[in-house]
Amino acid sequence: MDVKTNASRRKGGADERVSGGEAAQSRRELLAGLYYQLWRVRHFEDSVARLNKQGKILGGVYSGRGQEAIVVGTVFGLRRDDMIAPVHRDIGAFLVKGMSARLVMAQIMARESAPSRGKDSWTHTGDIEIGIIGSTSMLASSMPIAVGAGLAARMQGMDSVVVSFFGEGSTARGDFHEALNFAGIHKAPCVWVCENNQYAYSTPTHLESPVPFYKRGEAYGMPSLAIDGNDVLTVYETTMQAVERARRGEGGTVIECVTYRMEGHSEADQATYRDRAEVEEWRKKDPILRLRSHMLANGFTEEELPEPAPSIIDEVRDAIDWATRSPLPDGRQAVEDIYDESAGVTHWASPYPNYVRIPWLGR
Amino acid sequence: MHEVTFLGAIREAIGEEMRRDPSVFVLGEDVGVYGGAFKVTDGFYKEFGAQRVIDTPISESAIVGVAIGAAIKGMRPIAEMQFMDFISCGFDQIVNEAATYRYRYGGNLSVPMVVRGPSGGNVHGGLFHSQSREAWFTQVAGLKVVMPATAYDAKGLLKASIRDNNPVIFFEHKYLYRRVKETIPDDDYIVPLGKARIASEGTDLTIITWGAMVQHCLSAAELLEEDALNVEVIDLRTLLPLDKTTILESVKKTNRAMIVYEAPRTGGYGGEIAAILAEEAFEYLDAPVVRVASVDAHVPFSPPLEKYYLPNVTDIVESARKLAKY
Ligand SMILES: Cc1ncc(C[n+]2csc(CCOP(=O)(O)OP(=O)(O)O)c2C)c(N)n1
Ligand SMILES: [Mg+2]
Repeated sequence: MDVKTNASRRKGGADERVSGGEAAQSRRELLAGLYYQLWRVRHFEDSVARLNKQGKILGGVYSGRGQEAIVVGTVFGLRRDDMIAPVHRDIGAFLVKGMSARLVMAQIMARESAPSRGKDSWTHTGDIEIGIIGSTSMLASSMPIAVGAGLAARMQGMDSVVVSFFGEGSTARGDFHEALNFAGIHKAPCVWVCENNQYAYSTPTHLESPVPFYKRGEAYGMPSLAIDGNDVLTVYETTMQAVERARRGEGGTVIECVTYRMEGHSEADQATYRDRAEVEEWRKKDPILRLRSHMLANGFTEEELPEPAPSIIDEVRDAIDWATRSPLPDGRQAVEDIYDESAGVTHWASPYPNYVRIPWLGR
Repeated sequence: MHEVTFLGAIREAIGEEMRRDPSVFVLGEDVGVYGGAFKVTDGFYKEFGAQRVIDTPISESAIVGVAIGAAIKGMRPIAEMQFMDFISCGFDQIVNEAATYRYRYGGNLSVPMVVRGPSGGNVHGGLFHSQSREAWFTQVAGLKVVMPATAYDAKGLLKASIRDNNPVIFFEHKYLYRRVKETIPDDDYIVPLGKARIASEGTDLTIITWGAMVQHCLSAAELLEEDALNVEVIDLRTLLPLDKTTILESVKKTNRAMIVYEAPRTGGYGGEIAAILAEEAFEYLDAPVVRVASVDAHVPFSPPLEKYYLPNVTDIVESARKLAKY
């Protein structure tokens, strides 16, 4: 079984609705798959950071280093028809959900071949075919959109789920509250993943919220909990329970993943406002190290746990080469892609024609 | 006299006003301990304390709303938007709350506050860190809209805005922040709101502009001297209220007018100025009023796209030549 990437598995053409988690036949395969994806995200992001230092990337770079267990643990178990709404620190979610490393790299390098065709960089794009709803810079603004996408799936007779990401600092925005309230009323099939990395830029959590972040979910009638966001297995299992609950039509769950932002807010931030000791403390809780020692204690050998696998190194190198060779857009394309002037009404057609209507949606 | 950057001038204005008037305070994301994303409020937290330098949650609507509440209760808040693009998240508080108080109170209440922050493109910021949204606010009575082009003006206009009794939206072009360095007076001074500046005198053609485009227009004016074209450049400094007198006097002298701005062409403030010229200086015009602005799109990220999007010196020079020949 190929647990390398959702994308390569999908190209294999088997059941498109199978998630990375379901494809893993055994616990062993699940662990191997999670381990692979953790490294894939880390190596990709580390490579982006290096390119950035070399001046090959012009826009902002928001490292998710140390937080990989969240994007991997939440997305790995999703189906192709499930959707994600990642934000600025979740570039890794794009990879795990199945956007090719080539396309993500081209996006970061502002190439014509990128999903946004150079219009914008970083996570400000997506691919609705594989369920990636990108974000703008406006924090929490994608959360009401996640509600709409989830309700649309329901209207279309599907049981797809949307996983919406947000930093803990973004829970201060009105859009967060409006989205959760709306979702709570309608039991929207959305799972709310709060990435509590202890800071919003330079602002520490006690200046962001007077209550624990997960508690906010309770006000909107949703089960809400905080979990160890650096333990990928916990993240995976908790999310899958929440996803299944949402799939059954029982509504959303707020999951606060407690983690730490190992780098500055962006590449431009030296993060001098925080304690070195604090950073060192969290370095010990590195999600990859954690999973690795768990696996070593559970029958895996050192040889089975490369750091990272050669295929990851190849994949990322290929992505950089490909993106570098891709041309920048032509200036005149600045006025393209603004309106869709194609004729007629676009009718939604189910990509799963044999898909049965869900009983609880009989109304 | 001392040398200062555009950004330094803004910092001086806020610092001096806070020292002069205890009712002045700042609030915004990361403005305290960190000193702001662009370091505009660097050192203020230490000097003035957490009470007057408030690190806020990520809540633009509340940042503006809290400022309004404090303003109507007699304070003079300065609210920072980390990027002016995010002002959209505080839009309702600005246009429906701040702008209307005085009207609703029959002239018996004022809202002395400033919403300020970095705006504008040409820094590879992409769609949401590059916008020029000054025109959005020029349609709202009760607001004042300011956009300086020099360090001297940045300081003087910001001081005037802080002392003004109305909500002022103050756009700082981030491209100028560290690129502009000037020698400015040590003494306290203000630049009055609503007064444009003749940045360069001329007789053949008037260019009306503001913000970072002022520099572009001055460069264009220099190039046009080689064509023996004598261009007058007007830096508006304040969009609302607009200094119509300076514009009309100039156009009545040169008989040709061009408006240069960084915002998208359609619905931009240039249209308003063109309309004023058509209404009030029609007999003086020897040629149609021309706009040079960004294309009608979002501010794109990839460098060739952004270059195409923004007006540049060549665009200005070519349009001016055509206009002169008309
Ligand atoms: C509406 C809005 N306000 C301000 C910003 C500027 N900004 C970008 S990221 C950030 C901090 C976000 O903190 P958090 O939500 O905790 O996410 P993290 O960066 O820690 O992952 C801020 C203030 C923004 N992008 N959007
Ligand atoms: Mg955070």
